[in-house]
Amino acid sequence: MLHGAACPVYFMNNIGKNSFDIDYMDLLASGNSLLHRLDPGAKVITTFVFIVLVVSFDKYTISALIPFFIYPVVLVSLGNLPLGYILKKLLVVSPFAILIGIFNPWMDQRILFNIGSIGVYGGWVSFFSILLRFTLTVTAALILVSLTGFNAVCASLTRFGVPRLFATQLLLFYRYIFVLTDEAERMARAESLRSFNSGALRLKTFISLSGHLLLRTLNRAERIYCAMQCRGFDGYVHTIDSRRIGYQEVTFVLGWSFLFIFLKYYNIPLMLGKIFTGGFL
Amino acid sequence: MSHHIVEAQDLHYTYPDGTVGLDGVSFRISHGESVALVGENGAGKSTLLLHLNGYLSPAKGAVRIGDSFLNQKNLNIIRRTVGMVFQNPDDQLFMPTVFEDVAFGPLNLGFSKVEVERKVAEALKTVGVEHLSKRPPYKLSQGEKRSVSIATVLAMSPDILVMDEPTSSLDPQARRRIIELLKTFHHSKVIATHDLDMALDLCERTIVIHRGKVVGDGPTQEIFQNEELLRSSCLEKPLRMQSCPICGTAEKKKHWKFFR
Repeated sequence: MLHGAACPVYFMNNIGKNSFDIDYMDLLASGNSLLHRLDPGAKVITTFVFIVLVVSFDKYTISALIPFFIYPVVLVSLGNLPLGYILKKLLVVSPFAILIGIFNPWMDQRILFNIGSIGVYGGWVSFFSILLRFTLTVTAALILVSLTGFNAVCASLTRFGVPRLFATQLLLFYRYIFVLTDEAERMARAESLRSFNSGALRLKTFISLSGHLLLRTLNRAERIYCAMQCRGFDGYVHTIDSRRIGYQEVTFVLGWSFLFIFLKYYNIPLMLGKIFTGGFL
Repeated sequence: MSHHIVEAQDLHYTYPDGTVGLDGVSFRISHGESVALVGENGAGKSTLLLHLNGYLSPAKGAVRIGDSFLNQKNLNIIRRTVGMVFQNPDDQLFMPTVFEDVAFGPLNLGFSKVEVERKVAEALKTVGVEHLSKRPPYKLSQGEKRSVSIATVLAMSPDILVMDEPTSSLDPQARRRIIELLKTFHHSKVIATHDLDMALDLCERTIVIHRGKVVGDGPTQEIFQNEELLRSSCLEKPLRMQSCPICGTAEKKKHWKFFR
């Protein structure tokens, strides 16, 4: 018998309130800063370059990753994005990163360096490196969606060779996730009003509710497909091509990309450290 | 040649689970006519509508739109001619923004960017929701969703409008707005509905469907006076044709002050 947050029905009841306030990102994306006005493609390319370079470092890298924080910091401040919201979303997905790296300190017990008399295992360093990379890449992706909007990101993905079918599925997923969560919430509310918290059957009820939700989803999918066909759907969602590549977009992509490549090959914290400790002398 | 004629000839349709949807439906709707399709739940109204734009194919019988019989070859032309507005706007509005949703049809028809933008602007203006153009459909009220649904179809410049319950789940004012809007259209209209008062407002002709068969077809006023027909089809008179709710007589004027 499950109660509280661990109970699946409780989860369904609160699904709309907790995990899926992604429509707030659409609200953020409707802003009017210089970064908002940039063509989505420019932001997608820059984010892609950023992510590729961040994950391309050696597994023990920490110091060289720190300067990369300049990208999210600049974008959050120039784009007037709420830092608290981005950090909250980061926390929601952080368990995945922690799970990936949590066993490293036990798997890799090679001492890399000493802090005073304490030896630091390679596993701790690589775990910390994973957390840094996770923070950087996920923040960059969240910022991209908050500045551009999920749909514009999907639309521009097709310009970079992502199959149209996949982009269409993402678009429809994003459109109907709200309808689906609404439906799930209504069903769970109806269940909880008649269950009087008699916990014992709740998991069984959850399975039944999920089954009904799936059937309703299939029915809805059929009706949507019918509506699409009635308006001449031929397998592809055609959109108006509104790309606008100007000097601002080119400057944005090239400027950031050169900076990222520079940061990849020159370890700024190490260089600064050497200057201050006289290492260059 | 007129694209505005809709003719059903002895349509039969049975669902895969054995439920009979249509059992020999025939009628002819001429240019500019506005026809209400009424009947109880499950009578076959929606099934019939889905035959009119070729989404369902009859097991027997044929549908004629304008001068051509509906078949696989002319399906796209027919779907452009017959604009279908679904009962649930959430099924009809599947694109991320209102603009993109209204542009969906014209883009599929191969219009240029300028032409598409013009058609979208015109359609949104006609239904009075230009200001919603950039909004995501799930954020709209039911009334707004319904107006946008109609705009998505108008943008394809159809000759015939087919609507499934256009006034269901609307508040009284939104319902009135949709009725007034539909009054301004000069298309041939087929409206499946349980809202018989709306049928009185909009449709000069009514077809009554019962268990997949046409059991009544004539002027709306006459059909709604036929209490026996309405009762046997699980319907009842429109509210405004019923007797006075205060004294039970047909003389509503006596208690007019209560209705003002």
